[in-house]
Amino acid sequence: MAERKTLTFALMDTPYESARTTTALRLIDIATRRGYAVNVFAYEGAVMLPFSRQQPHRNAVRGRNVEEENHLLTKDVVAALMEMAARNGGKLDWVNCGLCVDERGVGEAIEGVRRGSPADLWKLVEASDNTLVIGTR
Amino acid sequence: MARYLIIGSRCSFAAGEADFCRDLVCRLAPADNRVTLFLVQNGVLPARAGARGSSFADLACIGVEILADDFSLRERGISSDRLQPGITPAALDVVIDRLVDGAKAIWR
Repeated sequence: MAERKTLTFALMDTPYESARTTTALRLIDIATRRGYAVNVFAYEGAVMLPFSRQQPHRNAVRGRNVEEENHLLTKDVVAALMEMAARNGGKLDWVNCGLCVDERGVGEAIEGVRRGSPADLWKLVEASDNTLVIGTR
Repeated sequence: MARYLIIGSRCSFAAGEADFCRDLVCRLAPADNRVTLFLVQNGVLPARAGARGSSFADLACIGVEILADDFSLRERGISSDRLQPGITPAALDVVIDRLVDGAKAIWR
């Protein structure tokens, strides 16, 4: 059996503001579908991606209620990716930069997200086959 | 031979900056490196045939593999037959493939 690959992604963008977030989540999706071990180090605004108090909302302009609007929440995407990784024999280890979390007051993250520091990024990178940093411009 | 993956996510028309990706691959490719330029998001816009001042032909000539994310192309209504010669639509999976293969990756 081939050795399981480990990839690390460093994400910086806040939810709902950049196509980079969509692309990053697509990359993580591909890797977790393959059963890879995937590490994410989220820093700056990206620590809000798994923020557990995200709420769906209605769309008054289009006259849709909450169910009809079916608003995509990034916390649900992160949870789904964690489930996908586990289902395929891999793992998604999501580390939120604690300094960035405290600055933004977003300490309530979904289950499975852990708090870390830039030193954890170094450890993740050291333990990975490769790393991709997707920084905000 | 070192392998490089340069991911270009910005439209060179709008960014108002020197084309970092182009300069980088131009320097890397002749030095006996295997270089892939993967265009994604608005980075696919200059890949259209006829896009002013954005020919990729010189990059293809020096051996750069130029790929354009098929999802980003579809989002922007760009069909594969409207791409410049030498640019191939590709799934985002290629990025994961290259990462696993150990390519040095830079996102721009």
